[in-house]
Amino acid sequence: MALRNYILVCGGTGCESAGADSIYKNLISECELQGVADEVQIIKTGCFGFCEQGPIVKILPEDSFYVQVKPEDAKELVSEHIVKGREVARLLYNKNESKKHAKVEDIEFYQKQFRIVLRNCGFINPENIDEYVAREGYAALEKVLFEMTPDDVINELKVAGLRGRGGAGFPSWMKWNFTKQVEDDVKYVVCNADEGDPGAYMDRSTLEGDPHSILEAMTIAGYTCGASKGYIYIRAEYPLAIKRLEIAMGQAREYGLLGEDILGSGFGFDIEIRLGAGAFVCGEETALLASIEGERGMPRPRPPFPAVKGLWGRPTVINNVETWANIPVILLKGGEWFSKIGTDDSKGTKVFALTGKIRNSGLVEVPMGTTLREIIFDIGGGIANGREFKAVQTGGPSGGVITKEHLDTPIDYGSLTGLGSMMGSGGMIVMDEDDCIVDVTKFYLGFSVDESCGKCSPCRIGGRSLYNLLDKITKGDGEMEDIDKMKEIGAAMKKASLCGLGQTAPNPILSTLHYFEKEYLAHIKDKRCPAGKCKELISYNILADKCIGCTACARKCPVDAIIGERRQLHRIDPDLCIKCGVCLETCKFGAVFVR
Amino acid sequence: MSVKNDTIKFSDELTKFIMEWKEKPGNLIMILHKVQEEFGYIPRDAADKVSEMIKVPLAKIYGVITFYHFFKLTKPGDFNIQVCMGTACYLKGGDGLIEEIESLLGIKTNEVTKDGKFSIEAVRCVGCCGLAPVLVVGEEVFGKVTKDQLPGIISKFN
Ligand SMILES: Cc1cc2nc3c(=O)[nH]c(=O)nc-3n(C[C@H](O)[C@H](O)[C@H](O)COP(=O)(O)O)c2cc1C
Ligand code: FES
Repeated sequence: MALRNYILVCGGTGCESAGADSIYKNLISECELQGVADEVQIIKTGCFGFCEQGPIVKILPEDSFYVQVKPEDAKELVSEHIVKGREVARLLYNKNESKKHAKVEDIEFYQKQFRIVLRNCGFINPENIDEYVAREGYAALEKVLFEMTPDDVINELKVAGLRGRGGAGFPSWMKWNFTKQVEDDVKYVVCNADEGDPGAYMDRSTLEGDPHSILEAMTIAGYTCGASKGYIYIRAEYPLAIKRLEIAMGQAREYGLLGEDILGSGFGFDIEIRLGAGAFVCGEETALLASIEGERGMPRPRPPFPAVKGLWGRPTVINNVETWANIPVILLKGGEWFSKIGTDDSKGTKVFALTGKIRNSGLVEVPMGTTLREIIFDIGGGIANGREFKAVQTGGPSGGVITKEHLDTPIDYGSLTGLGSMMGSGGMIVMDEDDCIVDVTKFYLGFSVDESCGKCSPCRIGGRSLYNLLDKITKGDGEMEDIDKMKEIGAAMKKASLCGLGQTAPNPILSTLHYFEKEYLAHIKDKRCPAGKCKELISYNILADKCIGCTACARKCPVDAIIGERRQLHRIDPDLCIKCGVCLETCKFGAVFVR
Repeated sequence: MSVKNDTIKFSDELTKFIMEWKEKPGNLIMILHKVQEEFGYIPRDAADKVSEMIKVPLAKIYGVITFYHFFKLTKPGDFNIQVCMGTACYLKGGDGLIEEIESLLGIKTNEVTKDGKFSIEAVRCVGCCGLAPVLVVGEEVFGKVTKDQLPGIISKFN
């Protein structure tokens, strides 16, 4: 009997944490109970990207997009949609406008997106190799093994113009070619799945949603460069991704797509997983290799580059997860096709993790050259809670901020660097007027200082000094000369640090000093935090004309700093107040304000 | 050579894992992960025993343990509450959650309650930034957490 419906349940980490597994199980049992189990296939997929609205359930062929589904909704979804063929309007996205936004292609969040990397996320069951194969999975590997020479592969990547998605944007074909050209009987292929940028989860979702694409791509690189062994270095914090990779590797071996004599071609390749252990610097390629070797993850001076002298001194191709995910598609559709997407400087698409004060946070994949405005306002739906956009941070602890004036810049590697930020791995963190720029910058510096491996002094000492200066400024002790000091130290770190961590750690400061100098000055000169975030520089007060004396705030105050009789104006004792903000959250009359 | 290797017992599974990995280059981090999985942290005696089993100096093992944030040298609570302090969660009030949990449990971050039940840890992005602010207890992820929900979440494990 032909299947009538496919039910896709998002199994990304976000939706899983919100009950996706119970929804999945309930749907199965409801289909059985209601006698339609034979007509429906229920699939748990990778991340749909629209995490804000999770858990998400999509039903095909109608393409109905159900959001914020609860386990108890399973019964109705089956009885109405599957059995009676009627959509459950109350669960459809944007139900207010009747069926207008029921279909995926009608949802603004997806309209400007273009999916290459995330092509299978949300479409297939990542734990089933057949579904990957059904969507042209492993077809690129077959084509490469039987129809292409290694030089053909490299040439295709060259025509495609693919640049590394791990941050630096180095042309992938060049790396592969270096490794290919070195004569050595042992070479390695490595996947960088360390994803250290806090606030980014593109790689996690790709691995969870489409693990085979990474295995296929690495095998292709093995064939091209002459390697027979690959390593995936992945954060231990990503248990679901690790599990799915393990399952995928097992299935691929069973199908003869991994291991000896792949598809009877005579070429053999296998992959092993190595776990990271929570050190950001291990995302840097030389530190990562040291970590696979079981050492402390300290970077090594380059050159020699890993492509020539990498893992255990052997030539090693190392690419980022997202870079890998592009490879099979490029080889199937051709470099020519890929090169038509994007800008002159950067080809293809980029996946961003859109988070922070944005209405629709989630994963978005857009062609290079899409503007920030399109991403933040059209796809992301603008700022949450009616606040004003202040800045967007890209490139994580190595990047910088971009302000309103530059929202219409088409983004690619070059344009972001031109604005004093960088592409980075794809974290895109939106800030609104309540976020203090100096405080956020201090947050990033704190991160870099914690993560500095301590090997070279510019990074170890410089980073700490920068952090201390920022700390001083946020506490109201800043002096005018601190600004020049920070610029000086920052410049020295950029020049003299051993690896990218130290070289880029000053970027958040230099970028925010450039765009938000006034805010630094407010902290230093006026001892004021305009966003109301820096505790030492603010005080909580009560507005006389709004306070009705309900005592709600006084009862909640953990230190009894609020004084006032019932129905009388209350007052906050500044000496007792610990600025926890509970009163502000509690007051229903808007009588508490921050100065 | 250390003589402490009888003071701690490894499960058969762990011993088997170590034996399997013994000859593999770069095995140390993988083995330490497995040890931590078994004990929740890496006890001194376990490090000693690993040193002996794979013939790697203890100093090197400690060098690695202390370099990587993921490895713990002290025993966490039965329920280790990990509060995400990645950028997205920080902007959405992750620091406020930590303060509130600290006051609810009466301990500071990286401390364990007297009954050994709870501990608090500030962690880097756990990869659910779309749900910020996020906290993780064991395998369970809690998203879009507000301070009001904290007592409920804690009592779930009590
Ligand atoms: C401090 C630091 C952290 C990094 N973290 C990551 C990371 O988490 N993931 C990643 O893929 N690349 C990271 N990189 C970039 C890698 O060094 C390297 O460029 C990348 O793995 C190369 O792959 P690609 O050419 O495919 O981008 C980091 C670099 C530096 C300097
Ligand atoms: S920043 Fe908290 S999950 Fe990413």
